Amino acid sequence: MLYLDNAATTPLRTQVLESMLPYLTENFYNPSSVYTPARKIRAAIDDSRQNIASVINAAPDEIFFTSGGTESDNWAIKGTLEASKRGRHIITTETEHHGILYVCKHMEKQGCEVTYLPVDGEGFVKPSDLEATIRPETSLVSIMLANNEVGTIQPIAALSEITNRHGIPFHTDAVQAAGHIPIDVEKLGVQMLSLSAHKFGGPKGIGALYVKKDTPIFSLFQGGAQERNRRAGTENAAGIVGMGTALSLSAKELPCELPRVSALRDTLIREISEKIPHSILNGTTGENRLPGNVNFSFRFIEGESLLLHLDMQGCCASTGSACSSGALEPSHVLMALGLGHELANGALRFSFGTENTSADIKKLMEILCPAVDKLRILSPLYDDFIKGVN
Amino acid sequence: MEYSEKVMEHFMNPRNVGEIEDASGIGTVGNVQCGDIMRVYLKIENDIVTDASFKTFGCGAAVATSSMATELVKGKTIAEVMQITNKAVMDALDGLPPIKAHCSVLAEEAVQAALWDYAQKNGLTIEGLKPPKDHKHEH
Repeated sequence: MLYLDNAATTPLRTQVLESMLPYLTENFYNPSSVYTPARKIRAAIDDSRQNIASVINAAPDEIFFTSGGTESDNWAIKGTLEASKRGRHIITTETEHHGILYVCKHMEKQGCEVTYLPVDGEGFVKPSDLEATIRPETSLVSIMLANNEVGTIQPIAALSEITNRHGIPFHTDAVQAAGHIPIDVEKLGVQMLSLSAHKFGGPKGIGALYVKKDTPIFSLFQGGAQERNRRAGTENAAGIVGMGTALSLSAKELPCELPRVSALRDTLIREISEKIPHSILNGTTGENRLPGNVNFSFRFIEGESLLLHLDMQGCCASTGSACSSGALEPSHVLMALGLGHELANGALRFSFGTENTSADIKKLMEILCPAVDKLRILSPLYDDFIKGVN
Repeated sequence: MEYSEKVMEHFMNPRNVGEIEDASGIGTVGNVQCGDIMRVYLKIENDIVTDASFKTFGCGAAVATSSMATELVKGKTIAEVMQITNKAVMDALDGLPPIKAHCSVLAEEAVQAALWDYAQKNGLTIEGLKPPKDHKHEH
């Protein structure tokens, strides 16, 4: 099997599983209980919080565990809006993950106003666009750190410099970035940041929201006093421990992994550009692209059919095509980049992780090239192109 | 979403791919907005479809329905072809996921668009045949 969909999820790393197992077996106690065995669980949770905080240069009491990236995103938006004294205006971008975008759509129905900032052809937001849309009643700006489809890394520090001047809280969805590029909340200048463990070798169902001290935010859940009264519900101790192990491990390996995975990315970009005609790279190049992200549009063919061909030969990737979305609309991210329907429908994303090597690129190219050829022979668009129609 | 074995088989080994040089009728339906374009070529002699082929830009279901539709029309009279509905194409493929049902509609429309082209070229009227929809103006 050739797994090239690490942006969707990553395999649970062995060390992570081992660190979790005691908390799924003998250490089952409720961390809120007062007896000695339960206090061990509390200590493990605090250790994990400390580890995660130190990786992103936060204080431990600024880390709040959640059920994952989606909850963190929901909480950041709804919790901030409810607590805000400024008003009910949100600024975000057209290329956010649905975890942000659909929350904003929901908030619009609740009477909020939302500004969706456009992006340029490579997926970047312009800081001057943000500055121009700020109003007295703007209560939150949420802009993702790195895009899940095309890997574009936003200039968050330049954007948050603007909101900090205006005293507006800035949230960034760092779900795709964490574990793959260095994250420092101080340098980013943000007040909130979402994390999800399964994107960096941790388990599913666990994430965190960084909330900078003194940032006004209401709780999503009412109930017990867990997470310092901010997030009720008995802690997912095994998940929390696993997340801490996974993020620490990723941070430790980052100095080696970042250049290694970036090289895989650049090799694949070069291989596809050289060997497959009429293929177009989506997103940007260099250090402002996530190390593991490759996204190409293959002209004249449709993404889902290419994905199926790869799947039949054991290769897992993902597509921005309308046909695979269930919504019959191509990816909102690719459309925001200005791709047009044909190219958006013909886009494939390959995403590398710690387990991929250069041998995988060779294997992929052996499957990809004939599949593209086969589908182009089938394509009336390719036919028209060859014959010079249109 | 899961495709039947038959859909996957027709997708991986599509029948009747390509064009017919001296086609009696050619029909193209769909658009890139919805992500599917089908072009069907029919060779018609003495009121019988003697050959059929296709080219399709689209998902797995679009390729499989084109393949199956061209199989179903071969050797049939025009009147018989007019009776082949999208449901017949779907049934022959052991069904399609609900979200993909429109692909079979497109296959039926592509065949009828090719018949329309044949009728236009030969000044014929085919009972029950409507002019093809202009998909460009939908959505």
